[in-house]
Amino acid sequence: MALLTKKDASLILDPLADNNPITIQVLGICSALAITAELKASIVMAISVLFVLGIGNVVISLLRNIIPSKIRIIVQLIVVATLVIIVDQVLKAYAYELSKTLSVFVGLIITNCIIMGRFEAFALGNGPWKSFLDGIGNALGYGIILIIVGFFRELLGSGTLFGFPVLGNPISKTGLYATGYENNGFMIIPPAALIVVGIIIWIQRSRNTALIEDN
Amino acid sequence: MLEHIELFFRSIFIDNMVFAVFLGMCSYLAVSKKVATAVGLGAAVIFVLAVTVPLNWLLDQYLLRDGALAWLGPEYADYNLSFLSFILFIATIATMVQLVEIVVEKFSPALYNSLGIFLPLIAVNCAILGGSLFMQSREIASLGLAFNYGVSSGIGWFLAILAIAAIREKIRYSNVPAPLRGLGITFIITGLMGIGFQSFGGMLTGGGNETAPAVDETAVRKIEQNLLPEETEEIKKEIDEKEVSYNDAINK
Repeated sequence: MALLTKKDASLILDPLADNNPITIQVLGICSALAITAELKASIVMAISVLFVLGIGNVVISLLRNIIPSKIRIIVQLIVVATLVIIVDQVLKAYAYELSKTLSVFVGLIITNCIIMGRFEAFALGNGPWKSFLDGIGNALGYGIILIIVGFFRELLGSGTLFGFPVLGNPISKTGLYATGYENNGFMIIPPAALIVVGIIIWIQRSRNTALIEDN
Repeated sequence: MLEHIELFFRSIFIDNMVFAVFLGMCSYLAVSKKVATAVGLGAAVIFVLAVTVPLNWLLDQYLLRDGALAWLGPEYADYNLSFLSFILFIATIATMVQLVEIVVEKFSPALYNSLGIFLPLIAVNCAILGGSLFMQSREIASLGLAFNYGVSSGIGWFLAILAIAAIREKIRYSNVPAPLRGLGITFIITGLMGIGFQSFGGMLTGGGNETAPAVDETAVRKIEQNLLPEETEEIKKEIDEKEVSYNDAINK
């Protein structure tokens, strides 16, 4: 199997840190925050976006020379909506509980700015293989932030990971709870996600001062 | 009448589109640098929601719901076209936004120029599609209520972007740490505003029979997952019988 060239590899690796869709490009914030109270939901959402962005990028790239410029937004919306309907039906069939947790946010992948943003910025001007890599890279960058936020929110907010209690049993006071530790209820409410992402941005920009905004 | 008032205030303060469910965050973050553009975008969002939510309600009621096609004839009563919701909703939204763009360009060229690219971007604003999807998932009962929901969600979003724009204008002269400048501090301030809006959660539950806001569901699910059935029953009874603080209810 041929190794990816350096440029191709950078298409996947850049969005993971320096060109991260959520913290640098400021795209796809909506779903990144609302469903991250559980790690499982975050991972399923990341996989869904990976599927939609990867295949969507390839389809748009293959069609790029045929789409008239005036209706390109509509074509993009149709492609994304179809892929999201597939994801939604698969989730309803094989993971019904999870699809109830994710509720409307699976549908909101359609309006996830990352997907339309990458279509416009990359797929419309590049070949299918590169578009596929770009899609994968940005979806992974999005997924990493989701997983980090979901990890901290679930661990600190309910003491579980994937639903398995890892810090002990809060009712019978075993494990860490025996020392008087309590779950942090603040982490489960929605605003906690905003603050965790704010902290991630703080850390990222402290380490890479080139990203700091001028006033 | 009472349910209209309740839905109105619930959608603005308790289920606020930005603070409770984070819809429309991208344009919220991008356009909130000046109060004037924020007001313009907020007004456009209210208008588009007020038009698209009732329209999509009609589509849902007479075309998409389970058994909705019964008005065509009894043999169509088994059809469930709800899987087409996404495509049809986004199609009506894209059309209505195009219409709004034409109207704004004709009647207020100044607003059209200041909004720039963001007006067509409203079509892919999650707040608009989210409004229709929540209308569908919460099974809003009538056209009047759907219109009410559209307008009040829009007003909630408008309040949020107005507040953050005003705050961002003021903190331009504050001593924000360099890595937090711009995006980071906006996230944290929005989080703090969200905590403030959580305090409205008790606004409509004074009677005692109201359902708890949506955010409690995940918490309750967590309690139920970790306990044996008997313990869950015991704790549920305890929570029902006396006033427990939110923190206690989660950590019991």
